[in-house]
Amino acid sequence: MANHKDQEIEARTIAVLVDNEPGVLARVIGLFSGRGYNIESLTVSEVDPRQRFSRITVVTSGTPQILEQIKAQLDRLVPVHRVSDLTMDGASVERELALVKVAGSGDKRVESLRIADIFRARVVDSSHDHFVFEMTGKSEKLDVFIDLMQPLGLVDVSRTGVVAISRGPQGL
Amino acid sequence: MSAEQKTGAEMLIRTLKDQGVDVIFGYPGGAVLPIYDALFQQNDIQHILVRQEGGAVHAAEGYARSTGKVGVVLVTSGPGATNAVTGLTDALMDSIPVVCLTGQVPTHLIGNDAFQEADTTGITRPCTKHNYLVKDIIDLPRIMHEAFYVARSGRPGPVVVDLPKDVLQGKSDHYVAPEEVTHRSYRPQTKAEDHKIAEAVEMIAQAKRPIVYAGGGVINAGPKACELLTRFVRTLGVPCTNTLMGLGAYPGSDPQFLGMLGMHGTYEANLAMYNCDVMINIGARFDDRVTGRLDEFSPRSKKIHVDIDASSINKNVMVDLPIVGDAGSVLEDLLAAWQARKLELDQKALKAWWQKIEEWRARDCLKFEQKGQEIKPQHAIKRLYELTKDRNPYIATEVGQHQMWAAQYFKFEQPNHWMTSGGLGTMGYGMPAAMGVQRAHPDALVIDVAGEASILMNIQELSCIAQYNLPVKIFIVNNQWMGMVRQWQELLHGGRYSESYSAALPDFVKLAESFHAVGIRCEKADELDDKIMEMIDTPKPVVFDCLVTKDENCFPMIPSGAAHYEMLLGPDDKVGKPISEEGMVLV
Repeated sequence: MANHKDQEIEARTIAVLVDNEPGVLARVIGLFSGRGYNIESLTVSEVDPRQRFSRITVVTSGTPQILEQIKAQLDRLVPVHRVSDLTMDGASVERELALVKVAGSGDKRVESLRIADIFRARVVDSSHDHFVFEMTGKSEKLDVFIDLMQPLGLVDVSRTGVVAISRGPQGL
Repeated sequence: MSAEQKTGAEMLIRTLKDQGVDVIFGYPGGAVLPIYDALFQQNDIQHILVRQEGGAVHAAEGYARSTGKVGVVLVTSGPGATNAVTGLTDALMDSIPVVCLTGQVPTHLIGNDAFQEADTTGITRPCTKHNYLVKDIIDLPRIMHEAFYVARSGRPGPVVVDLPKDVLQGKSDHYVAPEEVTHRSYRPQTKAEDHKIAEAVEMIAQAKRPIVYAGGGVINAGPKACELLTRFVRTLGVPCTNTLMGLGAYPGSDPQFLGMLGMHGTYEANLAMYNCDVMINIGARFDDRVTGRLDEFSPRSKKIHVDIDASSINKNVMVDLPIVGDAGSVLEDLLAAWQARKLELDQKALKAWWQKIEEWRARDCLKFEQKGQEIKPQHAIKRLYELTKDRNPYIATEVGQHQMWAAQYFKFEQPNHWMTSGGLGTMGYGMPAAMGVQRAHPDALVIDVAGEASILMNIQELSCIAQYNLPVKIFIVNNQWMGMVRQWQELLHGGRYSESYSAALPDFVKLAESFHAVGIRCEKADELDDKIMEMIDTPKPVVFDCLVTKDENCFPMIPSGAAHYEMLLGPDDKVGKPISEEGMVLV
């Protein structure tokens, strides 16, 4: 069969349901760094406090062979309950949230508010010489918005990384 | 549940007893004093005092590999834990079930750079299958039982339980028995899907040049799995080769056995792998020492890969049929499916395949010439095998040329008799491993085949061997070189023997005597047999210093980065083409 050298690099969004126990995130991150896999974004939060489940969403890239390895390696970590490939296993919704701080006055300030309106970003903090915009959407949309803010006095950006969920009635 | 208040240390001892532990290998220190105090007050569990914590882990590995049980280690915090790291990594690479209990500073001091504090769970996270920090005595019994379950289930491996001193000294009446503990998430798949089994037997039935390539996974699956492998191979009438870790999974003197494969494997095993049309890999992981150059690895075969660890499949070599499951369970299903369908291989093709294999076998790739009084290392190991085989010995090794010669010249008829550091290649593994084996099998003949360089890496354990009067035989193949390093420097680095000479060696006979063991030196070929017999008949630990030819190389050899058909059979074979830079980096 073909060697992985001939394969193309692809991006994937993977959801991992884990026990919320100390060190579990270090285990996942250590797996990626120890085996030389890429992490493009990673988010983690408890999703079921009663059962102590946390959900990790990781966006990674590699050849199909490496991506299969990543899933198998994640799946064999002891505190991992489930691994789901949201890119391959049917359709999914991906969202990211960004907080974007723009400082300035005059025309630039007006322009930033106008663009924020087009992008349906919300103002969550403001003064005479700054805004903080909150915006959710696909990562690409956030990229474009942040690019447009650049010449208008962009001073700070904070992004959550991608969270994702499958479409349809089934759970993870 | 018991109303009786117990300390954490007492509770720990109880969990060990409930797990059927009868021996632990360890070394005391401040953080684990409560455990040592609890050990002192009971008689069910024996503690073997090693001389360095690294020795404790290898001893537990030897114990585990020769019994199929979980080996248990007890070390203190800080340096106790960091000294254990090499052994833990070794156990991870070779899938050996070990539970390592480490002391830790009290919970309120964690993170304060306290005396003998180390971030043990942080340090051991990448070199264990799993690890735990017990922060509350309530969790202690559950975590201990989980640790044993995780260590021995699925693909076995080492598990660390880090135990802060205040948890060991605290009191609780909350105990849970092993039966009451179910792991929340870890449930490895042991049974293969029926359609995969069906697909596999159909694929095998089409084969004209099949081969079974079996590894340590079969040994880990237990003696019954090894019997099933033997039945499977004999039922089909196909050739079988074992990896270094798999030796003993299939009877070594069986005519269908082609010997070990890989870098120092036999000519017939490697050429059969290269030329086969269906490869049945059971519990082996396509290690780089086995495959050689990947793009030339068995290029025309359909490959079936049975492994309990899904991440081992399609990692190095893409296979046509992946089967996740326990080697024993899958072999049983394959045999049943084969027989139920009344399948048979094309006998004419199989005969032609065996003819080809016999031609390769006739090259007698392990031959060597023993002339005069200077002992060839191969001769020393072959004689050791011939003179001990009737006693069904347990063989441990260090790492290097002697290890490969032992793998080549010993024939293992049964599993669990061969202890070697395969994945990590840890020099200093053998003697402590042999200690653990001897503790598990007090009346058996246990031999550590060693080199004069490796043995010095854990030489302090001779003191432990003496203390418990473990009659381990240490057979040093002494060529006064780090032989495998020297061999690579000769073949790949223009004979510039940088730092590979074993200078200032001790007098091993006197060294043995100073450690209350018997020392025997052998320098002449015609004394060899008598002295080996003397060693075997000595009911005490023996250090056997066998002086051998200094510049002998280990053949056959697939040079790094070369393909299976590019084997060097002996010193007269020259490396066909200069080894590429890509090959050089492969070590």
